[in-house]
Amino acid sequence: MIELQALTKRYGERVAVDRLSFRAERGEVVVLLGTSGCGKTTTLKMVNRLIEPSDGLVRIDGVDVRTLPGHELRRHVGYVFQGVGLFPHMTVFENISVTPTLLGWSAERIRRRVDELLDLVELDPAVLRDRWPNELSGGQQQRVGVARALAAEPKVMLLDEPFGALDPLTREQLQQSFARIRTQLGVTAIFVTHDLVEALFLGDRIVVMRDGCLVQVGTPRELMVNPVDEFVERMFGTPKRQAQLLNDLLGSGEHS
Amino acid sequence: MSEQLALLPAYLTGHVQLTLVALLLGTVISVPLGIVATRVRWLEQVVLGAAGIIQTIPSLALLAMMVPVLAAIQVQSIGYLPAIIGLTLYSTLPILRNTVIGIAGIDPAYTEAAKGVGMTRGQQLWSIELPLAMPVIVGGLRTSTVWVVGMATLSTPVGAMSLGNYIFSGLQTRNYTAVMVGSVAAALLAQLLDGLVRVLEEGVRFRRRGLVAVAVGVLSVLYLFAGVTLARQFIGDDESERIVIGSKTYTEQYILSEIISGQVTAETGLSATVMQSLGSTVAFDALRSGDLDVYVDYSGTIWATILRREANTENRGQILDEVERALATDYGVHVVGALGFDNTYALAMRSADVAALRLRRISDLVPHASRLVLGGDLEFFGRPEWVSLRARYGLSFDRELTMDPSLMYQAVAQGDVDVITAFSTDGRIAALGLTVLEDDRNVIPPYDAVILVSDRLVRDRPRVVAALEGLVGAIDVDLMRAMNLTVDEDGRTPRSVAEEFLAGRSATDARGR
Repeated sequence: MIELQALTKRYGERVAVDRLSFRAERGEVVVLLGTSGCGKTTTLKMVNRLIEPSDGLVRIDGVDVRTLPGHELRRHVGYVFQGVGLFPHMTVFENISVTPTLLGWSAERIRRRVDELLDLVELDPAVLRDRWPNELSGGQQQRVGVARALAAEPKVMLLDEPFGALDPLTREQLQQSFARIRTQLGVTAIFVTHDLVEALFLGDRIVVMRDGCLVQVGTPRELMVNPVDEFVERMFGTPKRQAQLLNDLLGSGEHS
Repeated sequence: MSEQLALLPAYLTGHVQLTLVALLLGTVISVPLGIVATRVRWLEQVVLGAAGIIQTIPSLALLAMMVPVLAAIQVQSIGYLPAIIGLTLYSTLPILRNTVIGIAGIDPAYTEAAKGVGMTRGQQLWSIELPLAMPVIVGGLRTSTVWVVGMATLSTPVGAMSLGNYIFSGLQTRNYTAVMVGSVAAALLAQLLDGLVRVLEEGVRFRRRGLVAVAVGVLSVLYLFAGVTLARQFIGDDESERIVIGSKTYTEQYILSEIISGQVTAETGLSATVMQSLGSTVAFDALRSGDLDVYVDYSGTIWATILRREANTENRGQILDEVERALATDYGVHVVGALGFDNTYALAMRSADVAALRLRRISDLVPHASRLVLGGDLEFFGRPEWVSLRARYGLSFDRELTMDPSLMYQAVAQGDVDVITAFSTDGRIAALGLTVLEDDRNVIPPYDAVILVSDRLVRDRPRVVAALEGLVGAIDVDLMRAMNLTVDEDGRTPRSVAEEFLAGRSATDARGR
């Protein structure tokens, strides 16, 4: 369980995240949704203290994250980076085994875990284990990124627009893989995206953010049916409008 | 050629020692300093600024400056130490700068990812930042390698043996074979070391165990070799047993140092080494500090540049006596005696010009000087003799050019300059058809060649001093001129000329008995 209480980040005068509070229950995926610059990535990074909060509190399974040294905390929180963030001088195997190695796992346990994870993210261990990141496709790299985040059997996962840089087809495949993995493992996660469809598809609940503030929290259905304001309404209306546009386009095409 | 190649093992060993030790020290200092500079903001500018300033000092001057600095803190001031310190300082900038650039240039996404997977600061540095910056850091190391191999040739004037001994002595004695051997060997050494570093880096980066093994193997052998030879130099070989003879940077000095070496070895059975191509005041300072045991200097040089006396109404004998007295009382340096010739600065011109202008004395030159170009050796225009010449005769030339003494004679013979500050014992004065003008106002003091020895030698090795006394009065000006010419024009080595001289003397001695 991840719990945020009045979490705040100030940069001088500017308030990037303003008294944000919400929870992700055990086994729940909460999506942070908002336009670029709304503070969702900052929020995510405050959870594992890649960024230190100015104010407020984060608890993971009831434990205040400030009571642990930063690096200890991060070894137990899986993080999937925007872009890729695989270390270019390490093989796939080495990238995935970084955190287990830091935790002092035995070589044998690490070896089994890496193969297990590669299977989980639908990559063939025999083929890809010893490849370099630059020998992989974008989709394969991000699958390795997910495997690396899961490597040390973390209590919770944080994902920062993990599929944002991929082409639409690959993105869809990865989203489906992730949906399967999270059910399979019962992952508790916060997932940052600006893609509404992705949010609807992957989120048990969605937190809508604007200018560092929480606008509305709810299940996809609640947000669709009961938007609190015009901003949320317009945001959640986008797929409908796009579908309408597509329909019109196809319709006019048939006439000509 | 084979005579030159015989010197290669000693010179190359010295060069390899200097280069490898300086690069190792440079790396050990620069990489950690560079890392710290990326962590402490204000330090970056300070460190890079300091290294940049060191780099702008001309390399020869940087090495030469080490001599008085080390002498001031009472440690060995000529030889290995000043060269190593100078070279190490010089090697730091490229490594330091590339360490800073390499680490600062890493995509922040990787350092954040390193932090995100749970690495501590130290683990981030070792596992992520250094490996990613390595190609850039190694690039700096390779630049330093090539620089240091090149600059190590300049260690010769501060008394460290290197491939520079070929180049310095070769240029002075117009032995271009020697210059070529030295230059080619230095270039090959630079290529070899640069190649090894490159192979090592590629081996590590692409995990090619074979490449790493080869590079590490060869480098280990080289370092082992440098270490063992150095250890033998400093420990195995008892310093006090060896007589160290100095020579300045010109033919006559090379010959005389070899003659002294041969004489000492023959008469006392002690081993002697020659430190070639020392700067003029470097040699004197080294004798005072005891780093050198013996070398030949000239009464006039000591009179003018060390005792700072004015020239001059005194005669040769008076100057010699005064030099001997002042050196012993004020400097702890002893004069064994005069070799028997005078090597004075003399203004020399093409004989044809001398005839055409009806010149005989320097006074005759004064009205023509404003249309003439004077060529002087590297130190002449900074010496008191030049000040006196101008003041006492009212000489004023059209232009004054500083040139290497070995090129000066050729320059005047070809008409590139009109007058040169020749050395009176130089065989090329006669060989190239030059005439010396008489110093009719006795401005230039006499330059009797005298054997100078350290206090230590006088106290601990009277046998050596006795052997040196055997050379007093043994070389007259004609003989010195002939020996110089043999080296400068016939391409003989100073050592072979010295051996011939010593062999001739022992034959004469045998006949005399």
